[in-house]
Amino acid sequence: MAKEELMNYEKALEQFEVVIGLEVHVELNTKTKMFCGCRNDFGDEPNTNVCPVCIGLPGSLPAVNRQAVENSIAIGLALGCSIASSCRFARKQYFYPDLAKNFQTSQYDEPIAFEGSIDIEVPSGNVFTVAIERAHMEEDAGKLTHVGGSTGRIHGAEFSLVDYNRAGVPLVEIVTKPILGAGAEAPELAAAYVRSIRDIVKALNVSEARMERGNVRCDANVSLRRHGEAKLGTRTETKNVNSLRSIERAVRYEIQRQAHILAAGGSITQETRHWHEDRGITSSGRLKSDADDYRYFPEPDLLPVQPSVALIDSIRAALPENPAARRKRLAGEWSFSELEFRDVVNAGLLDHVEATVAAGASAQSARKWWTGEVARIANAENKDVDELGVTPAHVAELATLVESGKINDRIAREVLAAVIAGEGSPAEVVAAKGLEVVSDDGALLAAIDEALAKQPDVLEKIREGKVQAAGAVIGAVMQAMKGQADAARVRELVIERANS
Amino acid sequence: MSDLVKKTAAELVSMLQKSEVSSVDVTKAHLDRIEKLNPTINSFLHVTAEQALKVAQDVDRRRAAGEKLPKLAGLPIAVKDNLTTTDAPTTCGSRMLQGWVPQYDATVVTKLRNEFMPILGKTNLDEFAMGSSTEFSAYGPSRNPWDTERIPGGSGGGSASAVAGYLAPLAIGSDTGGSIRFPAAVTGTVGTKPTYGAVSRYGLIALASSLDQIGPVSRTVLDAALLQDVIGGHDAKDSTSLTKDFGSMAELAANRDVKGLRVGVIKQLSGEGFQPGVKACFNESLALLAANGAEIVEVDCPSFEYAISAYYLILPAEASSNLAKFDSVRFGMRVNPSDNATIEQVMAATREAGFGPEVKRRIILGTYALSSGAYDAYYGAAQKVRTLIQRDFDAAFAKADVLVSPTAPTTAFKFGEKVADPLAMYLNDIATIPANLAGTPGMSIPNGLASEDGLPSGIQILAPAMEDHRLYRVGAALEALHEAVWGKRLMDSAPELKVGA
Amino acid sequence: MSEITPELVRHLASLARIQVTDSEVDRLSEQLSVIVDAVAEVNKAVSGDVPATSHPIPLSNVYREDEVLPSLTQEQALSGAADSAQGRFKVNAILDEE
Repeated sequence: MAKEELMNYEKALEQFEVVIGLEVHVELNTKTKMFCGCRNDFGDEPNTNVCPVCIGLPGSLPAVNRQAVENSIAIGLALGCSIASSCRFARKQYFYPDLAKNFQTSQYDEPIAFEGSIDIEVPSGNVFTVAIERAHMEEDAGKLTHVGGSTGRIHGAEFSLVDYNRAGVPLVEIVTKPILGAGAEAPELAAAYVRSIRDIVKALNVSEARMERGNVRCDANVSLRRHGEAKLGTRTETKNVNSLRSIERAVRYEIQRQAHILAAGGSITQETRHWHEDRGITSSGRLKSDADDYRYFPEPDLLPVQPSVALIDSIRAALPENPAARRKRLAGEWSFSELEFRDVVNAGLLDHVEATVAAGASAQSARKWWTGEVARIANAENKDVDELGVTPAHVAELATLVESGKINDRIAREVLAAVIAGEGSPAEVVAAKGLEVVSDDGALLAAIDEALAKQPDVLEKIREGKVQAAGAVIGAVMQAMKGQADAARVRELVIERANS
Repeated sequence: MSDLVKKTAAELVSMLQKSEVSSVDVTKAHLDRIEKLNPTINSFLHVTAEQALKVAQDVDRRRAAGEKLPKLAGLPIAVKDNLTTTDAPTTCGSRMLQGWVPQYDATVVTKLRNEFMPILGKTNLDEFAMGSSTEFSAYGPSRNPWDTERIPGGSGGGSASAVAGYLAPLAIGSDTGGSIRFPAAVTGTVGTKPTYGAVSRYGLIALASSLDQIGPVSRTVLDAALLQDVIGGHDAKDSTSLTKDFGSMAELAANRDVKGLRVGVIKQLSGEGFQPGVKACFNESLALLAANGAEIVEVDCPSFEYAISAYYLILPAEASSNLAKFDSVRFGMRVNPSDNATIEQVMAATREAGFGPEVKRRIILGTYALSSGAYDAYYGAAQKVRTLIQRDFDAAFAKADVLVSPTAPTTAFKFGEKVADPLAMYLNDIATIPANLAGTPGMSIPNGLASEDGLPSGIQILAPAMEDHRLYRVGAALEALHEAVWGKRLMDSAPELKVGA
Repeated sequence: MSEITPELVRHLASLARIQVTDSEVDRLSEQLSVIVDAVAEVNKAVSGDVPATSHPIPLSNVYREDEVLPSLTQEQALSGAADSAQGRFKVNAILDEE
């Protein structure tokens, strides 16, 4: 896997127009699989959520999960798609050991949803309309583990093990039309688009929508053409891009890689490419060739899906607020600055802040905690915010403790660390560790007097207007109180002493 | 031969119900005959004597205790070896599945178990039900009890020969293009393909999903009706299974009057190119029906001309896909071509070694029919022919209550006669295929012996979709008329089957 | 001349994951040529406006409710496999790709 030469990004954009296309796979959160009654839970012991249908035993037959169909319709509607009055399943045929039947039951020329569009805002504030070509239903494959060999990767593997717990899990694949005109912002648009899809399916409650678990997966198609060229260039399809950051990086990498080849007079090979998170590169996968003949044909064991107008209308009526519209509403309610709001959105913390406000915190303190200390810890630990175990209720409790003066900011950070360490809710941590600030003025005054006795000139300085001189006393008091004092209150009391 | 094995299923049911005979005795009589004759006739690939006797003992005990039992309780039956059974290997007549014991029972097998019917064993078939003679079974052909040098028909030659040879009173078959009806015709038995969806396909190892249908193999029409009543009905595990309640075929078969019945003779299948003796028998039956008040009308089904072609595109296409799962990973044979072979090489070598020549031929043909560039001209066009055939049926059934034709162009041919010529073999199904393409029900009943070879011929009765009861009614009526004319059942003319014949 | 060339048979066999020998390729291309020539007549029967029939009995909207049904045990699931390890089906290394 040689590192390939790249063209400078700005130079690449001067010479080429970027065209991207995105295929997002969303795993639905139904109780059971797409075509059988096995639990849709693939983290269990291997090959325990399997049956004759999903391990493809001879003689078994599929039966369509009604909820999965309705969830797919909801996704289609949320993406502004038309819902097919009649659609069918089809078999996509290729041999692979994780594919129990050696065909994937999918949809081909008759997807359940088609022709939609969605507005995507990128970090600069620019909004692009992404046209959706189709959203179709299909099933996931099993999970292959490659064992042995020098690198542990496929090429050196001595054998592979297959777990079919994930085989047959319902998927909706959402395919965009070619996206043109994003220019330098194409990588950001790709990431923002996937984030939008993730937000929508989460809001619809049809998917767990956790990218780190593969609930939402993206294949990114990238091609370049010279400015003014009418014909689309040859594209590559980069697979395995499973975080928002990676999507952005992978698209950017492909732009620079392809630009270098094209500028040198070379041509792009139509192929799938693999994204390597660790090295930040893509590598050549499988060539697309004549050998790719999936021999699609209508699934004879399943019947057409013909959702009634009444069903579609009832699903439409139950759709939650569109995430973009919701953002507009929240921006108004919270009165953040434009920059503050965008920070929240870009960090993917809108839900967190909203839930925290709902749990009783002020919008500003909710924002500060999530985009501040919580995000900092997540970043430091190289984790997703959601993996820290901090809930909106925790943050609201923490904010309330600070706002009521029960703890100060420094202690609050300590409490947060304890919450993350699993020591309980903020209130529990405060109680258990006795971290509540000393709000008894008598105790504070005693400490102040003790400190003043050691620094008798301080009162005089304050009276002369050198208020900053109070700092030395405050520091001594805070030390004496082991930090469990409200510094602002101490300061007030010192100044009162000087002026009394 | 024990008298018990000569009884019809209906007679045995009556005797069992009245405790005139025990299930153990009935089951043993058949197992004894299997033990004696199966080495000659090769109807069974696996005999499940122990399990069958256990069920029989259970039935006898329950009956003795006065328990209310299902109608066919205690009546033994044979099951084609392309239905999954948890207590016996299921091989589909293929080396690919040698020794495979499925992890689940087919819905039909569950129904037989719920009916307390002892399952005698699993019957032979052409590999994956692809064939008309059982010569494509990896475990050797079954033999025709009428002449052991001849084929018993296929693919269900095992079930048909078992019933014709009195090794089982009833059997389960599957019919994709005639695999129940053709063997019935050449063994002098009754074979019924119900309406598509009338019997659950769950657990039937698929040949062509949109054509396959499970049905009864029997010696009389009433016996077929009794079995149909057990195996029919909706099954949520098969999405194509019909929810309609068909009623009891056994009761509907009781009306044997053909007066005023409009019997349509299909112009395209009225005997052109058929063996003269087969054609003569067919004409005699038409005359018999007419003499008893039926009205014989000719119907024109021009698209039937294309039925075989459409069938030999749709079937291989679906089969090529259905058989993709045989890849050595989860079940079945595995061939490791070398120490460091990749999984791709293992799969290819396994499929090379595990599939026989006819299966490979059809998989390659089906792969072609679905490949890009060929799809429209082959698979797509064949699906359109299917529509035309349905339209022909619709028009014909506007003029007639049932349609009839000879079941097959010839009587049983000799082993080896057609095995090297796929097209000649495919032509056996010319009369049976249209019903599979249209999903309509069909039945073959014994239709006399062809004069030139003294071998059985069959007449096929066809009815509109979901009108299966017409088959039973007309079949039972014609069967009774035949018996009146012949003075016996056709099967009574069969030679005594001898060991090592 | 038929369209079923030996090269095509090789390609189809590879799509169908069946190993074939040279003599098999020759025999199959010969046999399939005859069959394909015969079945190609379906094209004569249909004009463009005939709809395709993929299911013999027209049904639609047949669904299973989203309710959990019993699964196999791991032991049952693996019982028919040629090889298994660590609760999983074991296969040889994969050459082509992920």
